[in-house]
Amino acid sequence: MSTIDVQALPAGTWQVDKVHSSIGFAVDYMAGTFHGTFSDFDASVADGVLNGTAKVTSVQVKDENLAAHLQGPDFFDAQTHPELTFTSETINRDGDRVTIDGEITIKGHTETAEITGEISDQIADPYGGERFGLTLQTVVDRDTFGISWNNPLPSGEPALSKMVTITAELQLSKQT
Amino acid sequence: MRVLGISGSLRRDSYNTALLRHAGDLFEADGAEFEIYHGLREMPPYDEDYDTEEAPEAVSRIRETVRDADAVFFVTPEYNSSIPGALKNALDWISRPVATNPLRYKPVAVIGASSGMFGAVWAQAELRKVLGAIGARVTEGEVAVGNAGERFDKNGSLNEPNLEQEVHEVITTLLADAQSAKTSQPAVNAVTP
Repeated sequence: MSTIDVQALPAGTWQVDKVHSSIGFAVDYMAGTFHGTFSDFDASVADGVLNGTAKVTSVQVKDENLAAHLQGPDFFDAQTHPELTFTSETINRDGDRVTIDGEITIKGHTETAEITGEISDQIADPYGGERFGLTLQTVVDRDTFGISWNNPLPSGEPALSKMVTITAELQLSKQT
Repeated sequence: MRVLGISGSLRRDSYNTALLRHAGDLFEADGAEFEIYHGLREMPPYDEDYDTEEAPEAVSRIRETVRDADAVFFVTPEYNSSIPGALKNALDWISRPVATNPLRYKPVAVIGASSGMFGAVWAQAELRKVLGAIGARVTEGEVAVGNAGERFDKNGSLNEPNLEQEVHEVITTLLADAQSAKTSQPAVNAVTP
């Protein structure tokens, strides 16, 4: 049973504006941080519950071979687990800060996750609608989702961090 | 269930090909169809200039044969601590184009043999890495047949029950993975929507 802080998110049903939103990830790789995004995703808020999904096949990186590898069994395994999902269980707001506890599912593994971020005020947009924004992030251990690929550096240290930051920049538009 | 066997060794009296033949007997005893691919020697060196819609005949043949198989079972020797060039060359051809290559999501397994004591473990690890990068579904399990010159009886069977059991366990796992892949509905098979 979800427990909802009724003050946390605006009431009603809200649908993500996909053009002006993004979902991505960042992970330390070798000497820097590597970023990717998912171009096909969905998110909504209804009755104070945030739901989100992203299609694994829509992963966007700058090399098609890498994109294919990320979709393969070494990583997300798009054939067997085509979607990443998130469902909130509790949402708490303190000013413009939000803390969201929920369940995230990657590669068929479901784990609890705490997401933190910011919420914008609800505004009227130029198209006669209402919208608000969420800027969210969480850090997950990819090992717990069965994604353990690595490649050792000459030092013996792993090239790819097991800790991955997942980010969501969402603009949510009120549904009438 | 159709299983394709590929040996990384071209040598006529190869221990790895002998191991592959023996594994084939075990696959067939478990009810699978088993075929050994002969033809790595005929494949040209990978050259992107020739990787066109009309691929060389040897390339088309191995791509189609792999596509038609439910699973692929590799047996590899170790050359200079890594995979034999002929096998890597074949995989480079098979893996193109990456989004639709016939090894993508294909259940595969790897074992190996060597005349030395270590049983080609480094080559096996390299081969698993390469197959993972190609997008194959690499089955858990490793069998290292070391001192291979002493490991086969006159019928071509392994003369160590423990090794025989290990090979059979990998075969059982691969067949289970292939059955699972065959019965599940593939959701996607493309790089981008």
